[in-house]
Formats: sequence, C-alpha cells, structure tokens
Amino acid sequence: MFRYIIRRLIGVLILMVVISFITFLLFFAIPSNPAALSCGKGCTPTVIKATEHKMGIDEPILVQYGKYMKGLVTGRTFGEGTAVNKCPAPCLGFSFKTDQPVLGMITDAFPITLSISIGAFVLWIFFGISTGVISALKKGTIIDRVTMFVTLATVSLPSFFTGLMLLYFIVIKYGLMTFPSYVGFLDNPYDWAKNLLLPWITLAFLFAALYTRLTRANMLETMGEDYIRTARAKGLSERKVIFKHGLRAALTPIVTIAGLDLGGLLGGAVITESVFNFNGLGRLVVRSSTDLDLPVLVGVTVLAAFFIVMLNFLVDLLYAAIDPRVRLV
Amino acid sequence: MSTAAVATPEPAPATSPRAFLDVRDLHVHFPTEDGLVRAVDGLSFSVERGKTLGIVGESGSGKSVTSLSILGLHKGTRAKITGEIWLDGVELVGMSNEDVRKLRGQQMAMVFQDPLSALHPFYTVGDQIIEGYRVHNKVNKATARKRAIEMLERVGIPTPNKRVDDYPHQFSGGMRQRAMIALALVCNPQLLIADEPTTALDVTVQAQILDLMKDLQKEFNSAIIIITHDLGVVAEVADDLVVMYGGKCVEDGTVEDIFYSPRMPYTWGLLSSMPRLDRLRQERLTPIPGTPPSLINVPSGCAFHPRCSYKSLVPGETCRTEVPQLAEIEGGHRTRCHLSKEDKERIWTEEVKPKL
Repeated sequence: MFRYIIRRLIGVLILMVVISFITFLLFFAIPSNPAALSCGKGCTPTVIKATEHKMGIDEPILVQYGKYMKGLVTGRTFGEGTAVNKCPAPCLGFSFKTDQPVLGMITDAFPITLSISIGAFVLWIFFGISTGVISALKKGTIIDRVTMFVTLATVSLPSFFTGLMLLYFIVIKYGLMTFPSYVGFLDNPYDWAKNLLLPWITLAFLFAALYTRLTRANMLETMGEDYIRTARAKGLSERKVIFKHGLRAALTPIVTIAGLDLGGLLGGAVITESVFNFNGLGRLVVRSSTDLDLPVLVGVTVLAAFFIVMLNFLVDLLYAAIDPRVRLV
Repeated sequence: MSTAAVATPEPAPATSPRAFLDVRDLHVHFPTEDGLVRAVDGLSFSVERGKTLGIVGESGSGKSVTSLSILGLHKGTRAKITGEIWLDGVELVGMSNEDVRKLRGQQMAMVFQDPLSALHPFYTVGDQIIEGYRVHNKVNKATARKRAIEMLERVGIPTPNKRVDDYPHQFSGGMRQRAMIALALVCNPQLLIADEPTTALDVTVQAQILDLMKDLQKEFNSAIIIITHDLGVVAEVADDLVVMYGGKCVEDGTVEDIFYSPRMPYTWGLLSSMPRLDRLRQERLTPIPGTPPSLINVPSGCAFHPRCSYKSLVPGETCRTEVPQLAEIEGGHRTRCHLSKEDKERIWTEEVKPKL
C-alpha cells in the first residue's frame, strides 16, 4: 500500500515534467513573438532583442526549460545590473504582460476557482444522485419521464446560457440579488456563499443532469443484480435493500467520474468564471493564452494537470476503499 | 340455567390435513409488451417438514418463478399471482408484502444458484450473515457475529472465525455456496428452497453440498424444495418430485415412481438425455427434439405435443386440441398425458427403458 502510493506519486511528478515540457514546446511552435507584442508599435529590432533577452526567450528551448525547472526548485533571478528581479522558489517566473510573479497570480485566482468548483460539486452530487435514485425507483412513471426529459434539456443547455439567464432574471429583472462578486470565505462566509450561489447553480445545472442519468442507469442495473434479490430474500426492509445494498454498489462508478470532473474543474471553470466576471484560473488561462504570456500559461497548465492527475490518484485510493475486490499493487 | 340448550360441541378446529407447505393452483403471469407470459400455470404441490421435494424441468419451465412466488419476491412487481400458497397454515398470496417480508429469512429461506453474484461483493460474508440474523432477531452485533461464525462452522468452512471477515470473492466456489447455505439457515427456517444449489459447482463439491443439506435437514427437520434441471441431484436428495413443462406440472410422484416407472414422454426424454455411468455406453445420448415452448404462445393442447414422438398413438388430434388433465396412475403418481395407461406402460418398458 505504502509502496503503491510512493510509486504513484513519482508517476505524478514525471507526468508534471512531461506536461510542462510539452507546454513549452507548443508555445514555441506558435509563429508569434511575445517580445514584439509587448513593446508595441515602432519597435526596433534592438529593442525586441533586448526584450527577448529580458524575458529569457532568446535562448534555446532546452536551456529555457532547464532554467525554468531549476527556478522551480531553487528560485531564480531575472534581469541584470540594476533591474534585478528576484524570484524565490518555487519560482514560476514573471508574467510577460504585467511583470507580476506568476505564483502570486495563481494563488490569487485559485481560491476563486476552488470555491466555485467545490460548491457546485456538492450541489450537483446531491441533486444529481438523489434525483437519479428517485427516477430509477420510479422507473416508467410520470416522475421518471419528467426527470429524464428535464435532464435531457439541461444537459443540452450550455453554461453561458444558464448563467446569463440566471443573471438576467434574478439580478437584473427581479433584483433578487446584487451582481455577484467574489468575497473570500475567510472574510465573510455568508457573503461568500451568497455571491457564489449563482455560479454554483450555473455549473451544477449542467453536471447534475449528467449525474442524474448516470445514477439512474447504474441504480437500475444494480437493483437487477442477484445480490439484491438475496437481500430481499433475507427479509430486509426495502429501505435497507435500496440504500445499503443497491445504492452502495451503484455509486462506485460515479466516484471515478466525480473525481475526474472535479479535477477538471479545479483547473478553471472558464465559462462560468467569464459569465460572472470572477477572476479564477479559467479566466487567467484565457487571458494568458491570448497575450502569449508563457510563464502564466505554463504555470496554470501544470497546476490544472496536477489536479487532474492527483484526483485520479485519489479516486484510485478511494475505489480500493469502497470495493474490496480492488487491490492496489 | 340448566334449561340452556346443550351446547353443541364446538366444531373441531378445521384441522384440514393441510401439508406444511401447500401450493394450490398457482398461476404466475407477467404482462409484457409481447403478450402475457404464463410462467406458472396452475401448479399444485405440497411438502411436509423433514421431506424434500424436487422440482425439475428445462430452463424456462417456471421452476424459479415458482420459488420466488413462495418467498413473495414477486410482490410489488408487475407479476400477477393467483392461487394459494399455504405455509404452516398461513396463506401467503394474499398477504401484504410487509408481512411476507417478516417471514422471509425467518420461516422460509432460499439458497440461490451462482453464489458469487448472489452475495454482495462489497460486504464480508460475515456481515451478510449477521445482517440476515439481526433482521429477525433482536441481538447485538457480537452475539450475531458469534452466530455467524457458528453457522459457517456448521456448513464446514475451515477456520470460520477468520473466514467470517472475508469477502465473497476470497472464497472458493464451493465455500461460497456453503456460505450461502449458512446465510439461508441462520434463522433456522422451516422451509428451505434451494434453486439450482449445485449448478455452478464441480461434482465432488456438489456431493458435499447435497450431503450438507441432508444433514441440516435432519437436524432442523425443515422442509426442502430443491429446484434443478439435474436429475442426478434430485435422485440423490428428493423424496417427491414434480416435473415441470411450460409452466405446468406434467408428472409428479415419489422419486421411485418417476425414476423407475415414469409415465410421461417428457420425463422419458429427460431420463434419456441423462448420462449414465452404471450402464454400458451403447449409443449417443438422446436429446429431446425441439426447443422449450414459448411461455407467451404456449402450444395448444398438451404443451409438449410439438416435441412428442408418441402423439400419433393418441387417436385424432386430441394432443393438439385438448389440454390433458393431471391424472392419477396409481398411489399419488400423476401424469398429464393423453396416452392410455397401457400405452404408457408398454412404451416405457419396451421402448424407453431398455435404451437408458
């Protein structure tokens, strides 16, 4: 078990190196020069050269990558002479665009994304699974049919649509809420939740429908299993049969998908963040890619990849805890 | 006072000589989109305590549906059940699901085939037995656990106090079936239904499981219904036998009746298709031609007539047009067949028996 965890963690590390390297490579495949972009009109080649040097993109890509990796571990100093910019470890460099340290930009944006994702996650898991179970148990009835129709509709609704509709009706037309703007959880938990409510609903809407269908399908399958018949033959109450024997088995595959979905979201809920004007990781990555802001892009990409890989790993651990047949080796 | 009319003696309580389990004219029908599936169509049988009834027949002849109906596991589904099922003087078909639930596991229990899928993969064997015990007995976990270990020991699981914490997938096939039996017997049920209890097991283990069931029957004096398509199994354990075809009983009687003087072409077919090691191998086994009937469009008349090689012996089209009644041959041995008694006897002794 312990060895398994160590081995997986080493795997995570290697994957991170590979992903960051690929991001580097891809960035240089783009036929565009961030130095030229940053010095604007009337730039002379010498200025561009100087800027390139300052950015550190005049060196061969492997050297750049080596320096980047070294900076991550030991810290790094940019520039020479008077214009020295110290960057302590773990150094992700400075933004080409704003000269801010990338690490700071990420740590500012991450809590916002985390708040949106976790809240939405809780909502969609709760509603998705409960409606899924009800729908499965009432299979073929009007409740089931309506649920299935509604989920089909909501799955097809993109989150920019639901987000904008919520904003329009709740904030603008009926003024039930003020326009949401992020408040830190530690500053004021109530305002935090209140401001995040609409983004949560927007994001959860999409996922909940998916999870309803998934739960329903799994639940229908498990309730037809032989061990459910055994549970009934033992004389268990229907409640116990459904929840202890049925749901337990039906939820196992959902754990995997939920973990991966959450991991994906932690790298940035781009559309929801944009609709509600929350400066999370998603918006950061959009901005940095339009600005060709390599350090920010690599930083966020590696972080996003990290979440996916880590949650994948956690799901595997969790799965072994849930299903005794799974052995970690 | 003294002028009071002499009280007529209370009518003796209807001590109807009802068997411990008495199934009367049971019908189980499932309405489906393709039509009405007549899974069980007018089945009657009875079992006394301490006795074993075998129900044999091909797949889809209604064996399992019958057992699930006795346990009331069709309640709340779309199945339409009519007829009577009396267990120890109580009628089950008309009983509420909640009342039958209380009997399940307690008074009647079931051993399912394929114990790997019939046991929950996420709970230990012990937990599943403990759960079954605690539904019907108000005891704490420790007591129930002791009971579970005792049951596992009883069915011959080695080191039961360790294996009690194993998951079903850590058990071998035979051990899983033993665990399944332990689970069924944990509340000392008076009726045990075993649905193909040995189908997934190899023959040595099969014999052990059958012996185990016999031993336990002696100990608890329970009634057992054993459902199988394996005639070897019923010959081993059953006292009485019901042969089912197309949802109906086509022949019933004691095991001796049916093995030594069967009087129905379908039973002959079953016996002919069974390999025998105690005879010289003369020819290939004789399978029954054709396929089991659809339970939606059951053949008219005798359900077996399309596959029966002796129907030409019955005058006219009777086999095709008229459903034969379950008629007594002698002493409780009954068949559902239009052939005359003499024909049946002649065919069996002259044509079928020598070839077995």
